[in-house]
Amino acid sequence: MTQYNMKLTAEQQAILNGEKGETLAKVMETLVRYGELFGAQSMVPVTSRYNHLVTSFGLKALGPVYRLMDQLIGTGAVSAQQFSADPRPLDKNVPSSFLQNIVFDHFMYSRQADYEAQLQKLGLMDQDAFTCACYMDEVGNTPAQGEVLSWSESSAVVYANSVLGARCNRNSGIIDLMGSVVGCVPCFGLLTDEGRRAKWIVEIRTSKKPEAQLLGSAIGMKVMEDVPYIVGLDRWLGTLDDTAKTYLKDFGAATASNGAVGLYHVEGITPEAVQQGRALIEPGAQTYVIDDAELQRVYDSYPVVWKNKAAKPKLCFMGCPHMSFEQLTSWTEKVEAGLQAAGRSRVAIPTVFTAAPAVIRRFEGTPWAARLKATGVVLSYICPLMYMNNPLSTAMPVITSSNKLRTYTSARYYTDDEILEQITKGGNAQ
Amino acid sequence: MKQFKGRVVAPGTVTAPALVSHGGLNTLASFQKALQFGDKNATCGDQNNPDLYGKQMAGKALCLPRTIGSTTGGLVLYCACSMGRQPACMLFSEPIDSLAAAGAVLADVWLDDAAAAMPVVDSLGEEFLSCVKDGMTVTVRENGLVEVD
Repeated sequence: MTQYNMKLTAEQQAILNGEKGETLAKVMETLVRYGELFGAQSMVPVTSRYNHLVTSFGLKALGPVYRLMDQLIGTGAVSAQQFSADPRPLDKNVPSSFLQNIVFDHFMYSRQADYEAQLQKLGLMDQDAFTCACYMDEVGNTPAQGEVLSWSESSAVVYANSVLGARCNRNSGIIDLMGSVVGCVPCFGLLTDEGRRAKWIVEIRTSKKPEAQLLGSAIGMKVMEDVPYIVGLDRWLGTLDDTAKTYLKDFGAATASNGAVGLYHVEGITPEAVQQGRALIEPGAQTYVIDDAELQRVYDSYPVVWKNKAAKPKLCFMGCPHMSFEQLTSWTEKVEAGLQAAGRSRVAIPTVFTAAPAVIRRFEGTPWAARLKATGVVLSYICPLMYMNNPLSTAMPVITSSNKLRTYTSARYYTDDEILEQITKGGNAQ
Repeated sequence: MKQFKGRVVAPGTVTAPALVSHGGLNTLASFQKALQFGDKNATCGDQNNPDLYGKQMAGKALCLPRTIGSTTGGLVLYCACSMGRQPACMLFSEPIDSLAAAGAVLADVWLDDAAAAMPVVDSLGEEFLSCVKDGMTVTVRENGLVEVD
């Protein structure tokens, strides 16, 4: 038998030794080997009420994952926690062509129903618990500061660590579930005080509030997997209210997808920065200064992969990660005002706003919903990334203000103001 | 021939032509099209990686600093291995990141098929990545020794 250095409890060792079956032994072996690569010397209990899984899509190509999950279910190795999962990949409300529908239903996501049945057996919170922004109050998967998580989904992990002060490594899909199955995760990295210290000081010296998605992209590409301590952003954010949380949601998603950031501290704003201040910064930390010119440099560096770079956009996606209630209401007002200024009644480009099913339900219980619908904007729970992941969608000129969607697909990035201009006034992208 | 000694993440021996990325490999962006649409060559689809974009990754000795991006990264690598579309090996100049580590360990623990094998070595050092070039012959030994010719 392979000898490991990690100190396990008697119960963990018994699982590893196969006393609870071969499948659970493999789960424990996976976590122990994974943890030892990062110097973990022990496992720590998962203390959050819920888990969150990145894999929500019944992609035909992920057959090996479904077979592994079947093995877990078949041997009773299901999750000890309930969990939410990333957004569903399909929604008939989202504009799509006849051909796209055939590709989505019969080729790409032909396993969706089967996979959702697997998730139910494994411990899905409820049948609508599909969102990347599971930490929204409406969804109810909001861990407290200091709780240990076994989450995946890069945007959710960085939000939970940074804005909520929970403790979670950037776990991969499958590893996330395995932590829930055995109820513990290897203790390393962002689970430790040392791993949460900043190796970068990022100084914000912009002349206006920096675009969240652009700032996150710049920092992600610079610091990669390191922890940044950001100074000067509190001037623009004020306090950690709903508007600031929404900003940090989008900012964090960009740091995580354009780089590999799992935790950031914002001076005067995020909980650990408020509590510990600059004591969080490691001696010898590097400095990165961000001013207007640096943000412009980053913006100009994005490749445009449309075949016809002057094509008129055929679709606009907003909400990767999913929009907050605050975003839905503020964007309804912005779209209305933009249309009024342009002398139009409906958006010039088919536009989809995406949000968690629970956030959509709250929004639809308010007068805002009818107002947004009147503008022609479609509200959906879909994952824009999953919609875009096929040659038919790739060939479409799609615009977005999501730097995550830009990174993983052919969607073209514009700032929020530019997106508003395009969807309310129309025009070619240049 | 130059030799570099790293840490074994997933054991194995292999010889393959090098494919070098000087920036982080975005695993989802790089592999998603290959897995979804039957590209056995695993042509890299990451538009933000000028070193790899449009190049065949399957069967190559993929030399890189780290992986970045979505936390689907580990399961994407696991699927690539299970479907026989993985690189011949992955050789990291830096200590491995959590997503690539997950993929390497999952494949090694859960896949028994020899065709799914993907030796992984990390901590080879910056000099490794500045020395190795596309097309060079790379041999990985069981003890983490990497030879570049």
